[in-house]
Amino acid sequence: MNRTNSFSTSQSRWINWFQLSSPSTFYPVAGKLIPIFWALAAIFGVAGLWISFFVAPVDAVQGQGYRIIFVHVPASWMSMLIYLVMAAWAGLGLIFNTRLSAMKAKALAPVGAWMAFLSLWTGAFWGKPMWGTWWVWDARLTSELILLFLYLGFIALQASIDDQRRSDKAGAILALVGAVNVPIIYFSVKWWNTLHQGASVSLTKAPAMAQTMFLGMLLMALCFWMYSIAVSLMRVRTLILERESHADWVNKLKEVNS
Amino acid sequence: MNALLAIIHRDLLLVIRRKSEVLTALFFFVVVTSLFPLGIGADAALLRKIAPGVLWVAALLSTLLGLQRMFAADYLDGSLEQLVLTPQPLVLLVAGKIMAHWLVSGFPLVLLAPIIGIQFDLDTRSLYVLMASLLLGTPVLSLLGSIGAALTLGVRGGSVLMSLLILPLYIPVLIFGAGAVYASSVGLDTSGHFSLLGALFILALAFVPWVSASALKIAIE
Repeated sequence: MNRTNSFSTSQSRWINWFQLSSPSTFYPVAGKLIPIFWALAAIFGVAGLWISFFVAPVDAVQGQGYRIIFVHVPASWMSMLIYLVMAAWAGLGLIFNTRLSAMKAKALAPVGAWMAFLSLWTGAFWGKPMWGTWWVWDARLTSELILLFLYLGFIALQASIDDQRRSDKAGAILALVGAVNVPIIYFSVKWWNTLHQGASVSLTKAPAMAQTMFLGMLLMALCFWMYSIAVSLMRVRTLILERESHADWVNKLKEVNS
Repeated sequence: MNALLAIIHRDLLLVIRRKSEVLTALFFFVVVTSLFPLGIGADAALLRKIAPGVLWVAALLSTLLGLQRMFAADYLDGSLEQLVLTPQPLVLLVAGKIMAHWLVSGFPLVLLAPIIGIQFDLDTRSLYVLMASLLLGTPVLSLLGSIGAALTLGVRGGSVLMSLLILPLYIPVLIFGAGAVYASSVGLDTSGHFSLLGALFILALAFVPWVSASALKIAIE
């Protein structure tokens, strides 16, 4: 009796992270979090777009066309970050053999692939007026393309293995191997000296752009971040329903029965 | 150590008994590289310029052809399972298989490449650089390829899938390998390229056998 009491009080004061690693507890929590992340994405998106289109000054050299970086840069950041997060979840799943970690890795892959594609697509639109060409074989563009290939490889490998456990584990190994490539992408600018301009935002020195431009980019990055979390949570929930369809708690769910 | 040598010996013996598979990959290398002058034209200056890239890409694809063979036959007849069950560390056995793969599909390319290079009108120094870069780079190809071969064991559409998984990982090797030959052909210093190729080789040698071994265990369990 005493035991259960102390357990319940400790639960009310702290979030029990280990309990959240079970699909049955995570599923309703994720359901409550999704609207919050969508709302945050909308707020940051509206604010970011307003600043980037109406407040941020016209660039002295690049004119109005530079404004595409407000989408391009956050998409590139997210594509790299999501790969690392995906690899981290995949690694956790491989080490601790938790079901939910593998599902999260699997849910993040399409989001990351979409971000990498967006980054390449908007980059091409930016390159045409600025460099006069849709595509150059520059290190950063090429490595972003490789990142997209890595995502597609991960998705393809998981899709072609029928056995669920094996597909999770094989994907995890591939994601971890590919994660070695992500730092190379980021530092490629320094390794190969090519046409692409150096990074204009860095942590150590003041950003080489107007304060409002930086703010707009930051807000857009937060918007993309929240969007990615919301979409990946929705994907995880679908995966949980699919994989746990044999479980009792799934069959008792309102949305399953309706 | 004995186990390592035994694995290499066994794999080489298997290859010698059935030469056609290996020879096909080498023949592929020769044919593909010969197709480029036919498609592009016999302009010697242009051929000299594209030679490093063409030779390296052809080498990449030809090593890829042999990769499926690394574990697949053993997986099908069950001997791979026995290898996993032996008291010898699996990492060692995997390393032996990778080495055997390199000996039959990487090393011959090093010897063949200068002949193809002459067809592309490369100068003597570049030919030496080409051989050296292949000697340092093809082991990395075999190592990285073993991951893909292990991951796609017994998967439907495995060989196509494997190229999708592995080719992106080959890109750094391609860049520095072909870069070294190109740098030499225009008279630049090649030591930087070789240092990076060497770094990739050491990095791959240190980690890949472990990764492949765990991928194999996943495929078998």
